[in-house]
Amino acid sequence: MTSTIDSVRDDGTGVPVTASIVGKSPRELAWNRFRKDKFALFAVGVIAFYIFVALFAPIICSALGISPTRLDGQALNDYGLPDGPFGNISTSHLLGVEPGTGRDILARLLYGARVSLMVGFIATFLTTTIGVVLGVVAGYKRGKIDAVIGRMTDLTLAFPSFLLIIALTRPFTQRLESIGVPEGNPARLTYIVLVLSLFGWVYVARVVRGQTLSLREREFVEAARSCGAGNSHIIFKELLPNLWAPVIVIVSLSLPGYVSTEATLSFLGLGMIAPAASWGVMLGDSVKYYRADPTYLFIPGIALIVLVLAFNIVGDAVRDALDPKGDRQNLL
Amino acid sequence: MFLFVVRRLFFAVVLLLAVSVFTYLLFALLPTDPAALTCGIHCKPETVLANRIRLGYDKPVLEQYWQFLRGIFVGRDYGLGQTAFSCPAPSLGYSFNQHACVTSLIGETFPVTAFLAIGAFILWMIIGIGVGAIAALNKGKWQDRFATGFAAVGVSLPTFYIGLLVLFSVVIWFQILPFPSYESPLDNFSAFITAMILPWLVLAVLSAASYTRLTRNGMLEAMNEDFVRLGVAKGLRLRVILLRYVMRQALIPIVTIAGLDFAGLLGGAIITESVFSLPGMGRMSIRAVVDSDLPVLVGTTMVAAVFIVAANVIVDIAYGFLDPRVRVSS
Repeated sequence: MTSTIDSVRDDGTGVPVTASIVGKSPRELAWNRFRKDKFALFAVGVIAFYIFVALFAPIICSALGISPTRLDGQALNDYGLPDGPFGNISTSHLLGVEPGTGRDILARLLYGARVSLMVGFIATFLTTTIGVVLGVVAGYKRGKIDAVIGRMTDLTLAFPSFLLIIALTRPFTQRLESIGVPEGNPARLTYIVLVLSLFGWVYVARVVRGQTLSLREREFVEAARSCGAGNSHIIFKELLPNLWAPVIVIVSLSLPGYVSTEATLSFLGLGMIAPAASWGVMLGDSVKYYRADPTYLFIPGIALIVLVLAFNIVGDAVRDALDPKGDRQNLL
Repeated sequence: MFLFVVRRLFFAVVLLLAVSVFTYLLFALLPTDPAALTCGIHCKPETVLANRIRLGYDKPVLEQYWQFLRGIFVGRDYGLGQTAFSCPAPSLGYSFNQHACVTSLIGETFPVTAFLAIGAFILWMIIGIGVGAIAALNKGKWQDRFATGFAAVGVSLPTFYIGLLVLFSVVIWFQILPFPSYESPLDNFSAFITAMILPWLVLAVLSAASYTRLTRNGMLEAMNEDFVRLGVAKGLRLRVILLRYVMRQALIPIVTIAGLDFAGLLGGAIITESVFSLPGMGRMSIRAVVDSDLPVLVGTTMVAAVFIVAANVIVDIAYGFLDPRVRVSS
């Protein structure tokens, strides 16, 4: 999108002097700022690594000869605890084995990444889509539609969401199972994703509505309207492209929140159930063995923290990069 | 201004009514039979039936809701004759699991939650704003890196995990403190502090993180404003610029969010209370989930909603005082 303006200046000699001024789009400026943040680039690499590992978990596991469900009794001692220091970390089990069952922790971590990332991404996708659509419509249409969406927002915010999420887990998973969602973990995951979206869209919608309210008064929207553009053109071609910046920031900050919430629910026994692996399930299990096998306590925790941290760093960096005043020097 | 306040209050009451309808219907339509839970496995069907009538679960849902709503204002009587008992107003129902009125159960557990919330709130405002201000004043230096790192880590950590790690390391591995067991501050103040110090710290540090980020970004933004440049240009002292110009602007959004966060905590810090076994509203509500104790669930949800809505109204009215435009536009 680089546009070059050739400015022609007459310096009195009769020979035109040509200098080129390179104009940059805001997107390019932001990207240039982001590129300079080495820390953020590293965090992007970390996220890419997690996604890669999650996608190829079965291949990696078979290459390493480990399985998330195989019970390796050989690795346990007579008390059912890992036979060896640090949770029996060895060449055959790179991160040791689970106490009690002898399942390989690395394999469970890899498969757990799939669940955690999937919940995070789907919930983020749903909340963002619902929030952006309702936010844009409310901000653009105003009037009655805005009032209705606004009241829905107020109502959703008035509920103690975490308590309700917990309280409704059992009955609603049962209901989901009765309408044909496969029993067990699929139903539980569906519930978690749906309920996170139900309470999460509000935050996106509020920000998007606020942005839309100010955008719709801008000259370019008026220009488009004066050229005879319809509502859908204005919303999709004029407003949405200008909204992606705040939305990206929300996404990068809300995704780790969803990953954490899934972990918390699984820890409370309301999320995934073993032998399926999720980081929350592993955290919940590891807590039971904190005395006998403290190593296990740190492995899923560190995996979770690193991922969530990476997303937060990227989110902050994106926000800094998109700030048009970012290059301005502070006087203080 | 008066009209604005009245309108906000009226709207808050309508909102709470809507919340109560949704909550009540949501739980009433669940496939659990509250009457069947009133006595154990060896329960005669007649007892269940009697209890169902006594607790009013035989009536249609809408009438049950009406009874519930009426109970809040005039109290509620259950049963007839010898076995009759009553929950005085404001009655939020009767917990057959704990054989007590929900209002008195909440009355017992709420102080614990309130102490937890107030202590943690004070700590996290000091930590959050302090660290954020240090970061903003040292933008780009190691203090800033450290503070933003702290903010990112703090925001990202699941409370249950950090709570347990702190509990294990301080109480079990290094044995610095005894296992927290809650005592009322009126009975035994030092035991109260010993029990509360860890939950306060955990909650404060984890919550402070987002305030650090808000303070830092708010201050940096404010420092870019032209009125601050003007202040510098006309030679005001740094302290005056920071306190009167920068902080004042940066703190407005923080006050809003702080009000809402504090109100959210008053509804029960579910995870923190469970991890540190504090007998507060949060732990009671999660027990109620496990026991399918619907009246307690409805009651705690309603109380939590009242705090959230009240905080919203207070924040809105405060804004109305601070910013005249709010009054006109709404």
